[in-house]
Amino acid sequence: MKPLAPISPTARVALGILFFVLFVAAWSFATLGGYVSKTFLADPLTMVEEGYDLLTKHGFLRDIGITIWRVLGGFTLAALVAVPLGITMGAYKPIEAFLEPFVSFARYLPASAFIPLLILWAGLGELQKLLVIFIGSVFQLVLMVAVAVAGVRRDLVEAAMTLGARDRGIIARVLIPASAPDIAEILRLVLGWAWTYVIVAELIGSSSGIGHMIIDSQALLATGQIIFGIIVIGIIGLISDFLFKWANRRLFPWSLA
Amino acid sequence: MSALVIENVSRIFPGVRRGAATRALEPTSLEVPDNDFVTILGPSGCGKSTLLRLVAGLDRPTTGRIILNGKPVIGPGPDRGMVFQSYTLFPWLTVADNIAFGLREKGVAKEQRGDAVREWLGRIGLTGFEHHYPKQLSGGMQQRTAIARALANEPAILLLDEPFGALDNQTRALMQELLLRVWERERKTVLFVTHDIEEAIFLGSRVLVMTARPGRIKAEVTVDLPHPRHYTIKTSPEFSALKARLTEEIRVEAVLAAENAAGAA
Repeated sequence: MKPLAPISPTARVALGILFFVLFVAAWSFATLGGYVSKTFLADPLTMVEEGYDLLTKHGFLRDIGITIWRVLGGFTLAALVAVPLGITMGAYKPIEAFLEPFVSFARYLPASAFIPLLILWAGLGELQKLLVIFIGSVFQLVLMVAVAVAGVRRDLVEAAMTLGARDRGIIARVLIPASAPDIAEILRLVLGWAWTYVIVAELIGSSSGIGHMIIDSQALLATGQIIFGIIVIGIIGLISDFLFKWANRRLFPWSLA
Repeated sequence: MSALVIENVSRIFPGVRRGAATRALEPTSLEVPDNDFVTILGPSGCGKSTLLRLVAGLDRPTTGRIILNGKPVIGPGPDRGMVFQSYTLFPWLTVADNIAFGLREKGVAKEQRGDAVREWLGRIGLTGFEHHYPKQLSGGMQQRTAIARALANEPAILLLDEPFGALDNQTRALMQELLLRVWERERKTVLFVTHDIEEAIFLGSRVLVMTARPGRIKAEVTVDLPHPRHYTIKTSPEFSALKARLTEEIRVEAVLAAENAAGAA
């Protein structure tokens, strides 16, 4: 191995899979070998069995659907508010000066700490779940989008000005297209965080969703189900990440070589 | 009539953190008639780019005023096209869309934009590259597109800030010839900033030599070489004489600039 030396695509995929294999092997060794009590950690086979049961007998697919819907709903609402606001903040310094300190403060308020308040305000329904995700993502998105827009190369803006672009033209035809790949990347990143908020929201006062299933399984000491739930979240995350990357490559071919 | 009038224009950058203010440009006056090609020659840090940015309206002068065709310059506008040293093509637009950018901002209809793009692609020798993105082009091709982008907008004056500074010598020579051919055809008023003596003589009808910081115009040399200029002119005795004279002028300034830099450090 040499620093920064590239590797072949095949080797890259093989090494990536190898870690998953080693991980499952270590897990199997610890559980099937009897080194860890079944009460605390189910073995992979039990996990698959219980997961199959969940999907076929307990309607877990519906829980998965509900959780995905909540994440996408809350995250879409947050993006609809945050992206235009972030672009405005990035483009206009007085607006940035006005909002940035508050948003920076609000960004550190943990979304999970709002759950009791939100239950009080919005009850236990879907609105409350969406609001947790919304609060958890919107402030992060605003700040990161504002930074991306403010970071657009100044000489590109100047070139546009010497070509006769006015304020609106500069925002619509320079700042937004120039920062669009960064904004897409920010959305991909924050969507990952939204997944942690949805599970927390579902752990408290919920009767459906992946998080609800996990907390139910805890009462039954069904560690296999818990792990299955966690793995499902991971797989969904992997798929959404893949879709985002694929979409970015299609949408912004110019930003790659 | 002079297309561009620069009257006592100076630029002082205020000091950062109570540091001393930087006098980038001493009060400078200059008149550029229509269809003139003026090159501004000076060592790095002499304020020649500052002067160009002031004319472009990207910066405001501390004193004095700049008038273009009777109208004072108060900000950037499409009447002053600019080509930068850094590659400033919009990376998300194809070559064709880059060239059409200014026309689009003006609200020119799509068909007319297409006509202008085709014409300019031909003039800069990039026909067939209209759907390429800037990243797929070499540095020279990018700067050719940047020149076409500025000229397609039909500005009253073209400002070039060391546009070939980042190119290798061979490409640079070819680019100079291309720019000269375009100018001989269009006869636009041009202000061209460079630190390359040969480039300044080969392109300009007048060369203004600027002093080291604080920048000011120290000498004006008329270049009496006939048009159209061929690259072989670079080896002519007249060319060599001009080159020798400007080398002398610029050397003094370069030494001063180096001493200033050493003193400041």
